[in-house]
Amino acid sequence: MKTPENLKYASTDEWLLVEGNTATLGVSDYAQDQLSDVVFVEITAGIGETLSKGSVVGTIESVKAAADVTIPVSGKVIAVNEDLANTPELVNSDPFGAAWMIKVELTNPKELDDLMNAKAYTEYCETRSH
Amino acid sequence: MTEPTIYELSSAGRIGVQFPESDVPAFKVPDEFIRTNLPLPELSEVDVVRHFTHLSTKNYSIDTGLYPLGSCTMKYNPKINEVTSRLPGFANIHPLQPIETVQGSLALMYSLQEQLKEISGFAAVSLQPAAGAQGEFVGVKIIHAYHQSRGDFKRTRILIPDSAHGTNPATSAMNGLEVIPIPSDSRGNVDLAKLHDLCDETVAGLMLTNPNTLGVFDENVLEVIETVHRAGGLVYGDGANLNALLGITRPGDLGFDVMHFNLHKTFSTPHGGGGPGSGPVGVAPHLVDFLPAPIVSIIEEATEEIPPLYGLTIPAKTIGRVKAFYGQFGVMVRAFTYIRMHGAEGLKKVAEYAVLNANYILSRIRDKYTLPYDRSYMHEFVVEGCWSDAPDVHALDVAKRLMDYDFHPPTNYFPLIVHEALMIEPTETESKQVLDKFADALLKIAEEAHSSPELLKEAPHHTPVGRLDEVKAAKELVLCCWLPESN
Amino acid sequence: MFIPHTKAETEEMLKSIGVSSMADLFADVPEKYRFPKLNLPSGVTEMEVLSELTDYSQANEPVSELVSFLGAGAYNHYIPAVIDSLLRRSEFYTAYTPYQPEISQGTLQAVFEFQSLISNLTGMDASNASHYDGATATAEAGVMAYHHFRGKRTRIILSPAVHPQYREVLCSYLCNYENISIETGGKEKGPFENPSELIPLIDDQTALVVVQYPDFFGRIFDYKILAEKTHENGALLAVVANPTALGLIKAPGEFGADIVVGEGQPLGIPLSYGGPYLGFFATKKELVRKMSGRLVGETTDAQGRRGYVLTLTAREQHIRREKATSNICTNQGLMTLAATIYLSLLGKHGLKQIANLCYQKAHYAAQQISTVTGFEIVNKEPFFHEFVVKCPKSVEEINNDMLDNGILGGYDLGIDYPQLKNHMLVAVTEMNSKDDIDAFVELLREAGND
Repeated sequence: MKTPENLKYASTDEWLLVEGNTATLGVSDYAQDQLSDVVFVEITAGIGETLSKGSVVGTIESVKAAADVTIPVSGKVIAVNEDLANTPELVNSDPFGAAWMIKVELTNPKELDDLMNAKAYTEYCETRSH
Repeated sequence: MTEPTIYELSSAGRIGVQFPESDVPAFKVPDEFIRTNLPLPELSEVDVVRHFTHLSTKNYSIDTGLYPLGSCTMKYNPKINEVTSRLPGFANIHPLQPIETVQGSLALMYSLQEQLKEISGFAAVSLQPAAGAQGEFVGVKIIHAYHQSRGDFKRTRILIPDSAHGTNPATSAMNGLEVIPIPSDSRGNVDLAKLHDLCDETVAGLMLTNPNTLGVFDENVLEVIETVHRAGGLVYGDGANLNALLGITRPGDLGFDVMHFNLHKTFSTPHGGGGPGSGPVGVAPHLVDFLPAPIVSIIEEATEEIPPLYGLTIPAKTIGRVKAFYGQFGVMVRAFTYIRMHGAEGLKKVAEYAVLNANYILSRIRDKYTLPYDRSYMHEFVVEGCWSDAPDVHALDVAKRLMDYDFHPPTNYFPLIVHEALMIEPTETESKQVLDKFADALLKIAEEAHSSPELLKEAPHHTPVGRLDEVKAAKELVLCCWLPESN
Repeated sequence: MFIPHTKAETEEMLKSIGVSSMADLFADVPEKYRFPKLNLPSGVTEMEVLSELTDYSQANEPVSELVSFLGAGAYNHYIPAVIDSLLRRSEFYTAYTPYQPEISQGTLQAVFEFQSLISNLTGMDASNASHYDGATATAEAGVMAYHHFRGKRTRIILSPAVHPQYREVLCSYLCNYENISIETGGKEKGPFENPSELIPLIDDQTALVVVQYPDFFGRIFDYKILAEKTHENGALLAVVANPTALGLIKAPGEFGADIVVGEGQPLGIPLSYGGPYLGFFATKKELVRKMSGRLVGETTDAQGRRGYVLTLTAREQHIRREKATSNICTNQGLMTLAATIYLSLLGKHGLKQIANLCYQKAHYAAQQISTVTGFEIVNKEPFFHEFVVKCPKSVEEINNDMLDNGILGGYDLGIDYPQLKNHMLVAVTEMNSKDDIDAFVELLREAGND
């Protein structure tokens, strides 16, 4: 399981790449592994939309499960990954790169403090897999 | 041998059935409404008969062999049911005929309502819900309507044990209620301490399946119900597992407020490859007025010379209608036939032998399969389909391998609280010989899991197709076929 | 009867379990409520039960012994012998939902073919494996539209000419949704308004507009403009369609429907006092994933052989639990098989022929009735196989006289529409001969003269 050091993680298995006042959101390697083969991704958040912490940005569906993806911080959507609709398998093959979902402009950067670093998230994942 | 689709079998100009020519003067259909392209296949009668006969041979069914799908009660479907439900006086009546012309149907429905009341201990029954899931929807809707009618608007939460059917949470959400899961205790019962903590004035009710999906009868059922009632909530019973209780106990006596029946499980009506089902709902006295409308009542009492007049009535505070007309009438005729043939003694025997059969299989395999709750079971039980010393093998593999032994697999991966679950419900209609063969197969598979796991991983080996690519199906999403020329 | 155990086997099994009696198996059941004495009549044999059920059935007067002009959502059509003969293959009817595709290809392929036939018939891209009936399929269209807009659009607009029971069921399904508002148009003008009069009701809060085709009064409208206006406001259009009519008139897909639902009973399913019937549900490609109910998809096995599986199951209740938009699991499996066989057998020519026979005979009946003093054909627009007759006296009274003459009269519209007192909805199908129609008209004439 990969957990890049430069990212922050949510207990709901999303990652955030923070660059200045913007953040990129995707789902973790652990999450894609749990879901197994992803067959469909739908991003419901639209550019310009203001999202509050915890709101749903989209859905990822595999043959086994359908999971909502939520954003662990508040922000305004500035970009959406349009490619995922046609290539949902990117979530499995490149969860931290090509499978990013949205980019937001942070409206309350303090919320970042509630997220886990790579080490804490790795431990968190280990407690869940038995 | 892949069977072509009806579209592939189509041959332009072929006719499968002919109807008489029109015997009235011709009327012209306005041009702007006429359909110019009707892409339906063209086959002869014999094409159609062979095609569907071929397809039928690719199915496993109860008439082929044991179908131990847990919580589905795949019992033998008596053939007489298929005769009675097709009697012309039942099959050819229109739902909107004047009631005087359908007294036979109404009398039968009334009697079925009465029989289900007696079997379950409830005060009234509506036959309208079309399936178990709809019966459940009705049950929760009634609970919601009951609280609202008393001006009690703060009851917005519903408690659901973690062993419940997935339909329970979905049903509650459809009724706008918030779902609060309750864990099970170490014996598979509702965790009483947790229940006490959660029961307050915001609780609309509890949805309880008993025996639950583990196959165990909640040892504290009376206290569970009492606790919810004390907090002002109501208790919904999921009747999916009623087969274990016929003549054994009555949910109404235990204190349940509302419950749905599955006529297609408990009362032997065929499952039809996925329906039609039928999910009547029974209620305690305080909920009678909320039943979905209409229900069948006696609207003129009998006199010495004249039988009663049956009719359709609307309960005073009805939650409304959930289906056009009155329910799955054809299914009701089958269930009625079954109940009439059994009587009280026969029904009790059904439950006894259903429980005997489940416990017998368990007694034969318990040394080789992990049993998450070591206690007595009712009509079904759950074991783990995996072994720590055969790490590659999963419940799915056990299930698929069973097909090579000519059995339908049990329900797998449910209930969610059991790791790699295999949920086995043999029903009462299986003989000891069949159960022994099935137990032997399970034991052999447990051995193979250790000695030659690839046999399981690649199973099934002898079916019309092998394991199918579900990822491809979900990604490519080919949901229909077309005539070659219109594609 | 259906329990095969001998006494010796039972003993052996109890011993294997480790209990001494059957009663010991039920120790967990509270003693106070254990083994109640059920007050039910004693069981009877197969021979006796058949006789008893025959008695019940003979207390009914079936349409097969009458001449019927009753429709209003359930139609008397000829059912070719092939259908029941194949439905009785017990490999079909004693199987369950095809959870194990390797041993359920028969059911799966039949459902796939059903989806194909319904998609083609309605002019849509995809169909699901069925709902309980036309009413619940209509309600599910409302549920789907609500979730499609994530609860942000909360208005559903119903044409008053949608079957009254379907509207009622839709309300039962949706009334507890947050902020939902369900409106039936035509409150002031009455049920005979033109569908274009629904247009002013459609706004940016509207999730769904529902119309029927042909409508409850049998009328055929072109909903093209309504569809355009609905779409201009960003809403969806659902059309409740009669499948027989679609053999003759334009598919709803041609005028822009987003969802097509309906009652599949006319496709080879007996009247059976209102059930089991068959709800069909079809939609456009873009909305496929929002459709509830089971879906069968084509795929292959490891050897490349074609096969079928249940697909998109991740959206269903057993996985999504409280986040699922519907709790449906079982649908109308065997009824979809009946419709699949019916449509395969009739095919392109047969369905068109049936639809045309219905149309011709209904128009002949209407023309004849229009010559009877005191009766008036209300339909001004083209109609299919049902039409509304304004009568000089109560429909109930007329129908009672009809029944004495072996005729089941039309539906009394006053039951659902107070303003339509003394209005009869007459249905005519291929089952009604010219002589039947003439006899019906003659009885109306007599009723008018009384």
